[in-house]
Amino acid sequence: MKLSKEEQAMLDGELGVGARRAMEIVTALGRIYGAEKLVPVTSVQVAGVSYKNLGDAGLEFLTEWADQDAHVRVQTTLNPAGMDLTRWRMLGFDETFAQRQHAVIEAFARMGVTTTCTCTPYLVGNRPRMGEHVAWAESSAVSFANSVLGARTNREGGPSALAAAITGRTAAYGLHLDQNRRATLRVDVCCPVVSQADIGALGYIVGKAAQNRVPFFEGLETLKAERSAGVKVQDRLKALGAAMAASGAVALYHVAGVTPEAVAGADVLSPDAKCLVVDDLSPGYEALTRPEIWPPPGSSGKQGENSQPPRSQEGGYPPIDLVWIGCPHASLSEIKRVVTLLAGRQVRADLWITVAQDVREQAAQRGLLAAVEASGAQVVTDTCVVVAPVRELGFRSMATSSAKGAHYGPSHAGLAVHYGTLAQCVEAAVAGQWIEKSENSNQYLTLV
Amino acid sequence: MLFPINDGALFNSIKTGQAEGEALVSPEPISFFGGVDPETGVVIEMGHPLEGECVAGRVLVFPTGKGSTVGSYVLYRMKKQGVAPAAIINTESEPIVAVGAIISDIPMLDGMEIEQIATGDWVEIRDGTASIRRFEK
Repeated sequence: MKLSKEEQAMLDGELGVGARRAMEIVTALGRIYGAEKLVPVTSVQVAGVSYKNLGDAGLEFLTEWADQDAHVRVQTTLNPAGMDLTRWRMLGFDETFAQRQHAVIEAFARMGVTTTCTCTPYLVGNRPRMGEHVAWAESSAVSFANSVLGARTNREGGPSALAAAITGRTAAYGLHLDQNRRATLRVDVCCPVVSQADIGALGYIVGKAAQNRVPFFEGLETLKAERSAGVKVQDRLKALGAAMAASGAVALYHVAGVTPEAVAGADVLSPDAKCLVVDDLSPGYEALTRPEIWPPPGSSGKQGENSQPPRSQEGGYPPIDLVWIGCPHASLSEIKRVVTLLAGRQVRADLWITVAQDVREQAAQRGLLAAVEASGAQVVTDTCVVVAPVRELGFRSMATSSAKGAHYGPSHAGLAVHYGTLAQCVEAAVAGQWIEKSENSNQYLTLV
Repeated sequence: MLFPINDGALFNSIKTGQAEGEALVSPEPISFFGGVDPETGVVIEMGHPLEGECVAGRVLVFPTGKGSTVGSYVLYRMKKQGVAPAAIINTESEPIVAVGAIISDIPMLDGMEIEQIATGDWVEIRDGTASIRRFEK
């Protein structure tokens, strides 16, 4: 692998110990991936932020790296932390956990990282342009950057992303190269895909089939029509990418007539692309609903505890402790939809809308925050259900309209999961229990 | 009597350094995040072939890493706690373990097939080579 003078100097320690360690990581990965050189990056998204996942191991490493004067060279934003950094006490998080989590954030801040604590950096000022090389971690953000923005990144890991930020470089392999951005799986969508839950179910099915191939979608007529009508389809694509990155390892996809590289024409579909026909979304819906609880591996939950499905209340539907909207983090328009669906009612279950701090502030300015809180629901910042210690908060069963959230709920948060549309989720929050869609009612067939 | 199985064959050096120790071999991938206790070095993943084994001071051999990238930090902690492997050998390295070995200064090689080595073999690593000796009567 060829290094520039400056890169070699960094590796030789001329710019300090912190930079040298970072360059060791970046070059070692370059060698593993067979890269010919490094490429400068314009922004970084760092994963490995929640104290729940990092533990004292990660906290120690980050603190020492900051002590060695490691400092980022490019715009660097952060993944969600393990709690709402401001309102953690009110939400019931533990004091010791909070102290350690704050120490993690402080280490990042000392290194010059912008502590955005969101998986949607593109909603809060980190929005690369088409063709820009970046080094992002967090699989849904990677998918968005590559597919919706047309920027170029691989699925970086936590330490490798931070190393890229400190060196300003990443190895030039994978999706940084033109030839690897062509679609290797053609997906013919032959059934209606209307709600966001439909999109998540579709993504879940395609992700599993695709693994790490690059899908090219044909037949997403609703999306095409919305885009032509000037509707921003960003939220839909956000959900699609997140689902595929969770059930598979899809880091880039194209949608005919919608995403920038597909719209730019060019040679987006590889001649040896395989083909997948999707004519039924129910396998996705079925896979995402796991109503039995099991403790996640390595968690504090004891094996066998609560291994029965939750007892139904009168009416025969399972109780829901927590309704979670915002995986990936919600946009302002998604908050608006929740407020509309609540229609002034109170919620019986906890309802969390997880967002970035900036989006919460925008919601406050527009009176949406007050409307949400009036119902008893919360707009929670800096965190998400998957990386927060939610079982310690007493939650056992969750409803969500996010395929990614539903996928990780059981294994990472020890929660039973019900998956459905945003409307169903809001009804579940109001009722305190899951309600199946009525076949005779059009109530849930709205575009939510 | 120690018989040489592999006398100084050259492998890919992921992290340079010298080490020696008794091999602990897993036929299955290892996830350091959630799979190994960083305070004790004991494999805690339920159902894993090495479940209950302590990796401290061993030459840990496994096909490849898996799991979350914060697994790199688990290796770092293990080194700090004095329970890290003496060295790591993979068939095919991937970023989590590679980065973990680098930041923790644990010598690491890849390119070895699992069948080439057995638990209990004595391994010496130097300059990218691994010498394996087996005790047989």
